[in-house]
Amino acid sequence: MTGLNRTALYDLHTGIGAKMVPFAGYEMPVQYKPGVMKEHLHCRAAAGLFDVSHMGQVLLQPKGSLQDTALALESLLPQAVLELKEGRQRYGFFTNDAGGILDDLMIANRGDHLFLVVNAACKADDIAHMRAHLSEVCEVVEVNDRALIALQGPAAEAALSAHVPAVADMKFMDVAVLDSAFGPLWVSRSGYTGEDGYEVSVADGQAADFTRALLSDDSVQPIGLGARDSLRLEAGLCLYGNDIDTTTTPVEADLVWGMQKARKPGGAREGGFPGAAQILDQLQNGAPRKRIGLRPEGRAPMREGTQLFASADSETPVGAVTSGAFGPSIEGPMSMGYVAVDLAAAGTTIYGEVRGKRLPATVTDMPFRAATYKR
Amino acid sequence: MKFTEEHEWLRVEDDLVVVGITDYAAEQLGDIVFVELPEEGTEVARDDEVVVIESVKAASDILAPIDGEIAEVNEALVDEPSKVNEDPTGAAWMFKLKVTDLSVLDEFMEEDAYKAHIG
Repeated sequence: MTGLNRTALYDLHTGIGAKMVPFAGYEMPVQYKPGVMKEHLHCRAAAGLFDVSHMGQVLLQPKGSLQDTALALESLLPQAVLELKEGRQRYGFFTNDAGGILDDLMIANRGDHLFLVVNAACKADDIAHMRAHLSEVCEVVEVNDRALIALQGPAAEAALSAHVPAVADMKFMDVAVLDSAFGPLWVSRSGYTGEDGYEVSVADGQAADFTRALLSDDSVQPIGLGARDSLRLEAGLCLYGNDIDTTTTPVEADLVWGMQKARKPGGAREGGFPGAAQILDQLQNGAPRKRIGLRPEGRAPMREGTQLFASADSETPVGAVTSGAFGPSIEGPMSMGYVAVDLAAAGTTIYGEVRGKRLPATVTDMPFRAATYKR
Repeated sequence: MKFTEEHEWLRVEDDLVVVGITDYAAEQLGDIVFVELPEEGTEVARDDEVVVIESVKAASDILAPIDGEIAEVNEALVDEPSKVNEDPTGAAWMFKLKVTDLSVLDEFMEEDAYKAHIG
């Protein structure tokens, strides 16, 4: 696989039998020997370790005050960054002028600067976008020499606190820089599986030792991209490029929970982000379609692209599936997609066309499986 | 037991041709989560799509290796698709075909040739 980047853990992955695939310009492990199903269930039962070093790590280093940098970042997204407290992280999304989503990301306040984690496939564009709009108030620094490792599941706290005791005191969405035998670790208590757990940024040179130390704990197993996808889908979390993109607004994507009061109609800093006119209008008057969860009857998964219909014989689709898979923990198929808003209420029966047949599915509140975050 | 290039196995049992997928195919597909079987009594032609199986990764079609009539299907796979990963060449047979002439099996590979085929 030429022309692809490798993370600091490449040799470790191949040494333990990972199947590597190209993903967002990187050679990444899609699964290890146990396979997607067992990896998924292990993460829910004990702890799963994920190499997410392909994701972008970005520092916003203020040239003046942190407040100015926070306000400048607010010009690119509909989150309240100003009120984000030191040591805390928040989910957000960059919007475009049409109100669509350019990328989703994590934003952390680390006292004298902000730390962002963005999607691998979007990171070059995100950094260019921020440099174009934020360079007067801050340096946009891409972190190129650190791996990012997620440790997720009920045993994650015990496994990580054996090396870094202070992580046990962190709450969901807390961030901290902690000294360790593997150098300074940038830790957040967060993740993308619906499980309690952590994401840890560690210097490339110490990433393999750190990972081996975690994997030496019997409760910790490495998990590939395959199970990462079924875990995040069970948790009702969006995959950028599938479930959200430049054509979906945050209101359509049902991500209004990720916008704070200060940026909404009547808020202290209402609007002021790209696409605000469209997004604020949809907030007040509704959007024509909405992202929903679906539980197909039977066992057949309704995968990405499956057309959705209001009835078993109607001609015009009312929407489509954007992610669909079998959920190992819920022991059945699950999908996420968009439908016309009048069909978006939980309990509504709609039909997905699978191999020429209309199969019934029930609109379902997400997550499909309740999250276990330590709040 | 005979083998096809499409990674199916065939064996004769009580004048019926029993069909399933090989260990290699099951491993390549990954964890199977859904199996859709044909109706018993259906007449099928060679290369017809007769079984749909879905793994955690994707959907795949299993083709009829020869002409015949579906005499029996393995209903147990519908409720327990994971059997296909556990015992693809035994308990997880997929369907049995009634054929007019069992000599049609002669053209398919023996185990040694199949092993060479998958390298």
